[in-house]
Amino acid sequence: MSAPLLSITALTRRFGGLVAVDGLTLEVRPGEIVGLLGPNGSGKTTVLNLISGALKSDAGSIQLRGKPLEKLPAFRIAREGIARTFQLVRVLGSMTCRENVIAGLAFGAKSRWGKEAELASQELLARVGLASRADVMTSELTYIDQKRLELARALAMQPELLLLDEWLAGLNPTELRDGIDLVRSLRTEGRTILMVEHVMDAIRSLCDRCYVMNAGKKIAEGTSKEVLSDPEVVRAYLGDADA
Amino acid sequence: MNARNLVIIAVLAAAVVLLAFVPSFTNGYQLSLAINIVSYTVLATAWTLFSGPTRYVSLATVAFFGIGAYTVAVLGEQLAWPLVLLIAFVIGFALSLLVGLSTLRLSGVYFVIFTLGLAELVRQLVTWYEVNITRTLGRYIFLDVTHAQIYWQLLALAVTVFISGWLIQRSKLGLALRVIGDDEAVARHVGINTVMAKVVLFAFSASFMTLAGAIMAPRWTYIDPAIAFNPVVSFQVLIMALLGGVHRLYGPIFGVIPLVMLFEILLAKFPNHFSILVGIAFLLIVYAIPRGIVGLIEGVQLSLRKAKGAGA
Repeated sequence: MSAPLLSITALTRRFGGLVAVDGLTLEVRPGEIVGLLGPNGSGKTTVLNLISGALKSDAGSIQLRGKPLEKLPAFRIAREGIARTFQLVRVLGSMTCRENVIAGLAFGAKSRWGKEAELASQELLARVGLASRADVMTSELTYIDQKRLELARALAMQPELLLLDEWLAGLNPTELRDGIDLVRSLRTEGRTILMVEHVMDAIRSLCDRCYVMNAGKKIAEGTSKEVLSDPEVVRAYLGDADA
Repeated sequence: MNARNLVIIAVLAAAVVLLAFVPSFTNGYQLSLAINIVSYTVLATAWTLFSGPTRYVSLATVAFFGIGAYTVAVLGEQLAWPLVLLIAFVIGFALSLLVGLSTLRLSGVYFVIFTLGLAELVRQLVTWYEVNITRTLGRYIFLDVTHAQIYWQLLALAVTVFISGWLIQRSKLGLALRVIGDDEAVARHVGINTVMAKVVLFAFSASFMTLAGAIMAPRWTYIDPAIAFNPVVSFQVLIMALLGGVHRLYGPIFGVIPLVMLFEILLAKFPNHFSILVGIAFLLIVYAIPRGIVGLIEGVQLSLRKAKGAGA
């Protein structure tokens, strides 16, 4: 088994009296798509915020290729090779699609700028299906297209690890199919992805392994099939089977 | 570089050359008006350089402007003029780095209030120093500098500000600031060192303001802290930039020219009601043309183009 790309040990984060993430341990190996599941409020997004540096942890360690990240500011973590999308899509509203992608290209570890960035941005927009919309202002995009654009910006950073925070949420069935195909195509490129997701179809068809959280704690891990049939996971999602 | 850009550059260069001849065909009053316009152009454009893309509203303009003036008041008669300007620039840069590093982690209204407080703090410190150490509140500036020379220096400074602004806009730093203005969280997550980007640009913007104050100082012959650090200047610069439009580098000029004229008339005709009239002007501008004159013109152009497209 290859060495883990990301390893998280005993990660803890409190908000006042609430322990949002409680001693979480997980690993992501190169080339894997790992799902992070759990009911609302179980701490999944907080985990992504801790990994990407949007929040600081109270205890525990986060390592990328063995290098500790938990003390680094968010922009350094981004340059170390972690890119993310946001639960509520965040595109840069005063810019065109191309400029949004260039923002992802310009400041990473493998920074690209000028002509090179123009070309790369066109390629990335085509990659997510926005080739014809390069000069459109992002405020004119539909929701799915904003999500595509956000993904293109994250990919522009050539991340070693991509964090997707409910990237497939809120899409209609057709869009969802396109979205799943797009994420699957990232796997064939050999990308490593950690995704927070609620859409079960997506989890079944995309994730190699899953971790399930409830109230900040890890309650299950294994292949998607294993965890989705785990009685404790079912209980966490649906409540006690008293029927 | 294409032909259209070359034409634009040629026209702009010609305009600067023409403007350089202003002192030779104006009387004293007109030249003094021209000095006001160029001086406020420098201040409002330098302000926009930082506050336009980042949307951090700074009211510290007069702190830096006043420090420039005081540098001249203290050193003007002892050192060669270029050296005095250099020192003013260095002081402005150093102070703004210090201020930037300690405050640019603040955002929104906290930053606005801090910058207003900073200007007041500097004014009080200088006042305290003058009263307790030098024992005279005011200072005289007797330098052999003509109004035409002040005008030419300001014009050169304005050209420098525009060229720097243009270069910054085309650089990675310029893009970084626009990303920060749109969404600071996204900026951090695409790898932008947001604190550094803001501090560097704040320092450039503030140094230009300091230089403007230094160049303007000989015009007053007498300064005291209430004149050099008059907070109204910060607000005027802000209104001018907003009226012109802060999303374009050349935007503030469109606010500076009408407002310098307006303030001139208000001061002459209604000296006792100046503040309240400036306040009303401020309200009208913010409500009626939030994107500034340049934004208004661009909006009209866009809808004309759309109408034309629909008609064809």
